Amino acid sequence: MERTSLFETFEHGADIGIRGIGPTLEQAFENGAKALFSIIVINFSSIKPVNIYQISCFSFDLEPLFTSWINQLLAEADINRCIFSDFKINHLDLDNFRLSALAFGEFFDTNRFERGVDVKGATFTELKVYKRDGFWIAQCVVDV
Amino acid sequence: MNINRLKRLDECQWEIPIFDDMHVPAIIYADRALIEEMDEKVYDQIANVASLPGIVKAAIAMPDAHWGYGFPIGGVAAFDPDQDGIISVGGVGYDISCGVRTMITGLTRQEIAPKIKTLVDKLFETVPSGVGSEGKIRLSPAKLDDVLIGGARWAIELGYGVPEDLDYIEEHGCITGADPSCVSETAKKRQYRQVGTLGSGNHYLEIQYIEEIFHQPSADAMGLKKNDVVVAIHCGSRALGHQIGTDYIQILGQASRKYNIPIKERELVCAPIRSSEGEAYYKAMACGVNCALANRQVIGHLVRQVFNDIFSGPEVKILYDVSHNTCKIENHYVDGEIKRLYVHRKGATRAFGPGRTELPEKFRGIGQPVFIGGTMGTHSYILVGQEKGEALVWGSACHGAGRAMSRNAALKRWKGKDVIQRLADKGIIVRTASYRGAAEEAPDAYKDVSAVVDAIDRAGLARKVARVKPMACIKG
Repeated sequence: MERTSLFETFEHGADIGIRGIGPTLEQAFENGAKALFSIIVINFSSIKPVNIYQISCFSFDLEPLFTSWINQLLAEADINRCIFSDFKINHLDLDNFRLSALAFGEFFDTNRFERGVDVKGATFTELKVYKRDGFWIAQCVVDV
Repeated sequence: MNINRLKRLDECQWEIPIFDDMHVPAIIYADRALIEEMDEKVYDQIANVASLPGIVKAAIAMPDAHWGYGFPIGGVAAFDPDQDGIISVGGVGYDISCGVRTMITGLTRQEIAPKIKTLVDKLFETVPSGVGSEGKIRLSPAKLDDVLIGGARWAIELGYGVPEDLDYIEEHGCITGADPSCVSETAKKRQYRQVGTLGSGNHYLEIQYIEEIFHQPSADAMGLKKNDVVVAIHCGSRALGHQIGTDYIQILGQASRKYNIPIKERELVCAPIRSSEGEAYYKAMACGVNCALANRQVIGHLVRQVFNDIFSGPEVKILYDVSHNTCKIENHYVDGEIKRLYVHRKGATRAFGPGRTELPEKFRGIGQPVFIGGTMGTHSYILVGQEKGEALVWGSACHGAGRAMSRNAALKRWKGKDVIQRLADKGIIVRTASYRGAAEEAPDAYKDVSAVVDAIDRAGLARKVARVKPMACIKG
């Protein structure tokens, strides 16, 4: 599999699909989060990872854990009035479907960032976490 | 959608007969062309809805139906608590009580025209819109609970509006049964700064004029005349509603397993209405409804203030305020008897017919006003609910045009700046916080709203009263 980028969006009739790709499951989740924030902020690459936020979440299975991760990031971003550009999953517990991570970002200065669209939540539509050709892929559609 | 899989009942009514474990048939209201344009997922999703426990009469899809989460967008279903009926997050959606408030300005198109740019700029400056925007109201946790219980009433007590406004809002501005203890702290924290903000995506604030009247008696009752200017506000419960949906997808996911409810799609997770989880979701969802009603009340008041600042004309008044994404407890006739049902409307509008006591006296003779939003470049419509709609679809109608093209495809085809310029060339001013949003919401990315409305009118679900045309639009 050739990849030009490790995160991307994909087609959905009304909303937007986000997809993270990586050599490890953790990196696929991290890159899925980058796909999310690239929808919210157009000039995503200009977000500076100057502040660190601790994130933890859990679910009842691996695939719903990806939606929990995305939803937790959306909630933390709202509550802290910030946006994230980088992510580091420190612990991914596949027995209990829990993860703890760090998210790096900065205050959401609406004058400095070119705004995209608000994401209402990660959904179970097209939700898949799987491995293909040595790469992990984590994806779902987000409601915008 | 493959039309050969459907049984035609009449010109605008198509049935998916019961198969497998469907409890009731599914009925799609649309003309042939709209059905053929509809995605196959609507077929699957509405058939899945028909398989849920306690569903009454039929699972219903409106002419603007498209692929949703659990229910299709444009899906309607009523559940009977006495027949083990359920309540579902997927039947309401993430943006709880997203809806439209239309306000009458008392001014004509000609009176507005000379000051339209000043008006739009002032509205854009006053009403917070777009991702990351914040309202001027700052709330403590306790005060936010007041919003969730009080809805538009809370806003009016704070000075955002006048008591008469409540007569023209569904549920008189405040749905009963809201319990903030059923809403997570995360949901509340996300809302502290978002009360009175428009949001983004397909939300908008639009200045429109009445281009054509179709039914004069209804227009007279509403006080609408050709060339009159109205303002439409489309927004919902913002982050609080989104978080309630997110939280309860997990909770009801566990409940579906606990109560052995077979689920064909993960977002159809649900709980019996009469269960602790089902009751908790209803109470939390009611908080989301009240949050949305408060948001639209605050925004409506800001609009009123801007008009007052710029024009010395009459006071801006609410025509009506309708919600799209709700589960409401309503009385309906089932086999000649009145039953208390939980009516889910996901991307669908309540459209009660004449005579219902829930309607303000002014509208009891004509039926409930219904607003069908188009796009920033095309028409929107004002309708009224019909008696036939109550018999067929629990007094419901569609809510918009429905997307015809994905957001990604729209982004590939258009640039936001070009979309705005093209609309300006047609005399429609657009202000937006996001050029990406403007491209995604390009008028040609949507179905023909007129065809959707005509299908509703021909099916007898609601009656066309007026067609309005945008003069200016603020996109989130």
